[in-house]
Amino acid sequence: MELGVIWFILIGILFAGFFFFEGFDFGVGILLLLIGRKDTEKRIIINTIGPVWDGNEVWLITAGGAIFAAFPNWYATMFSGFYLALLIILVALILRGVAFEFRSKNESENWRNSWDKIIFISSTLLAILFGVALANFIKGVPIDKSMNYVGGFFDLISIYTVVAGITTLLVFIFHGAVFLALKADKSIETRALKIAKPFGAAAIVVSILLIGLTFLQTDLFHSKLALLSALVSLVALILSWYLIVLKKAKIAMLTNGLSIVLGVATLFLGLFPRVMVSSINPEYSLTIANASSSLYTLTLMTKVAVIFVPIVLGYQAWTYWIFRKRVTPKDIEY
Amino acid sequence: MDNVINLARWQFAITTVYHFFFVPLTIGLGFFLAIMETFYVKTGNEKYKNMVKYWGKLFLINFSMGVVTGLVQEFQFGMNWSNYSRYVGDIFGVPLAIEALLAFFLESTFLGIWVFGWEKVSKKIHLLSIWIVSIATMISAFWILTANSFMHEPVGYTINNGRAEMTSFTELITNGHLWVQFPHTIFAALCTGAFFILGISAYHIIKKNKATWVMSSLKMGIIMALISSVLVALMGDLQGKYLVKNLPMKMAAAEALWESKDPAPLAAFAVIDEENKKNVFEISVPKLLSFMSYNSFTGEVKGINNIQAEYEQKYGEGNYIPNVTLSFYSFRLMVGAGMLMLLIGLAGLYFYKKGTIYDKNKLLKLMIFSIALPYLANSSGWILTEVSRSPWIVFGLLKIENAVSPTVSAGYVATSLFTFAMLYSVLAVIDVTLIVKFIKKVPIEENIKINTEKEESLWN
Repeated sequence: MELGVIWFILIGILFAGFFFFEGFDFGVGILLLLIGRKDTEKRIIINTIGPVWDGNEVWLITAGGAIFAAFPNWYATMFSGFYLALLIILVALILRGVAFEFRSKNESENWRNSWDKIIFISSTLLAILFGVALANFIKGVPIDKSMNYVGGFFDLISIYTVVAGITTLLVFIFHGAVFLALKADKSIETRALKIAKPFGAAAIVVSILLIGLTFLQTDLFHSKLALLSALVSLVALILSWYLIVLKKAKIAMLTNGLSIVLGVATLFLGLFPRVMVSSINPEYSLTIANASSSLYTLTLMTKVAVIFVPIVLGYQAWTYWIFRKRVTPKDIEY
Repeated sequence: MDNVINLARWQFAITTVYHFFFVPLTIGLGFFLAIMETFYVKTGNEKYKNMVKYWGKLFLINFSMGVVTGLVQEFQFGMNWSNYSRYVGDIFGVPLAIEALLAFFLESTFLGIWVFGWEKVSKKIHLLSIWIVSIATMISAFWILTANSFMHEPVGYTINNGRAEMTSFTELITNGHLWVQFPHTIFAALCTGAFFILGISAYHIIKKNKATWVMSSLKMGIIMALISSVLVALMGDLQGKYLVKNLPMKMAAAEALWESKDPAPLAAFAVIDEENKKNVFEISVPKLLSFMSYNSFTGEVKGINNIQAEYEQKYGEGNYIPNVTLSFYSFRLMVGAGMLMLLIGLAGLYFYKKGTIYDKNKLLKLMIFSIALPYLANSSGWILTEVSRSPWIVFGLLKIENAVSPTVSAGYVATSLFTFAMLYSVLAVIDVTLIVKFIKKVPIEENIKINTEKEESLWN
């Protein structure tokens, strides 16, 4: 297989990993205010992702780095094009990151409530904006002949991309609730199971809407594989909702994870062989061929990835194993 | 376009210098934490555990700031410098991606195990975790400096399809510039960690907190401050010699040496007239610059004007002279701070050996202020490094003016510059307040219970 294609797939995997892991982190951040009442409960909620959220975020940084190295033109067009959206994403990521660390450093109620709000708002914004950003890859944005984005901030906002943003938001909240049901202490577990139901149902409804709009507004489903992937993703989401109704959080986590991974797969399958669609002229779209690095660099990066990605997966899995038990008031660090 | 360039440069300068407030302390303190915990595991002495707990808390507050400000660094190459990214992405993106894959995953995962795993993993695994974190921070420095070194001294590339493409990864990581820059940076980071430990321990001693962990921290601080100040100076000297030979414009600007001279004097102070390309007034030591450059009191050091003429022949007409005043004074600030660090380290060792350091209130107070010295040196060092490369963003290949994003408006860049400046200021205040509050709060007792809530220990 051509190396550019391998890197296209690898970046898809990195995004899938990011959405899978950081997806429940965002969800947990949002649920912090929705189901956390006392301070100890809130701390338990934060501590369920305490040992892992930073590592989960590295999936994004690595995806960014990998795009830079393997597809410099994709990196350049996307980052300069999505300028203000990325600025908001950065501010949210920064505030959310320090919030986890700073929150517990002061006992004042005001202090903690403020950081809680920051965690809630930034997680919400991030959950929406990543959906919006990815939807723009396939919806198409104004990219000119020399690969430069020539639109403004509001060219990124349309009914389609907003629906995509709401979908990721709801899916991540559901994902976070399932995660909390698995990881948190009793009282929170019960509440998480309860809140997962309406959010799961809403996620299903919006996902169907998104699939419909995708059919109408994009050429994503020209790829039959993408269509198949989208449908299986939807089925997996419905299944995990049903499993939550049955209070089987463990399997629900797996099926919902599968749904998220397939959601990302749908996008990449439908994009192929493009990486960003131009709304001005299909000829101007960025593709694996015209956006990629030299053969030398791709070969080098492939070797690096083949060696190190499995190692990373190995020790990340090991961390989840170490912290597999439910978080109780005794385990609080943050 | 000029506005976009200036705003983007300011943004890069501000966000990078700010990011590098936190990074060296992460690297330095991380390394010392690993040493402390090694002592703990080897001896079983609770004193060392207390040290790990105490410095570990400060490490974490600082670490998170380093992580989040690092995000901006990765994003802004694409946001503000998209032409640059297209032009060198084939090479420059590689170390960045490797840094994330090799260093960031290790760092974040094992830090999670270290912070949350006191009761969940064995002592040895716990110790291993902090060592992995420490090594990962240095690996991270290595890759980012690989990228930075390429900008100063491009190697292992060819120009193809209108961009720079990599031809040799080996050349990229054996770049001579990297191997003088990397050790200098690492020792600078160790200085930052050492003076941080030294200054805060001195504060506790002044406050009559003579718990054993404070005493041991002071001792460690003194020894490490001295060793790392010596090493950073030695490496700096090597780097200077390397630059005279390989990137003469950099050093000529840093020394404000306008005309080639043999032997060359070293200006300690100069009033620089950039317009007329000369120094109006200078106080200099004869022959010293030749000595610094070649370890011999003879030898020609090339001057700015001569190099400019040389570059015009090579690269065509244009101004190849960086901001000399800024280069000259940031260099002196860095070296000056470094020398003070060395002196304080020496004085510390002397009075520590004599056993009278605990009563030397003035020296102890000076040690508190010396926490700022490595920060000053780090920042001025980076300002010198980056400023003295202009007009190039990648030396000899791409000028700064051609590197910005062509379709991003000045308004956008101004918005993000303003946003980051505001956000960073607020975070700086919070961060410093938290650190100061933490330092002041710690009780004068043998066993540290650093709890935010009385009924629960955060560490046990």
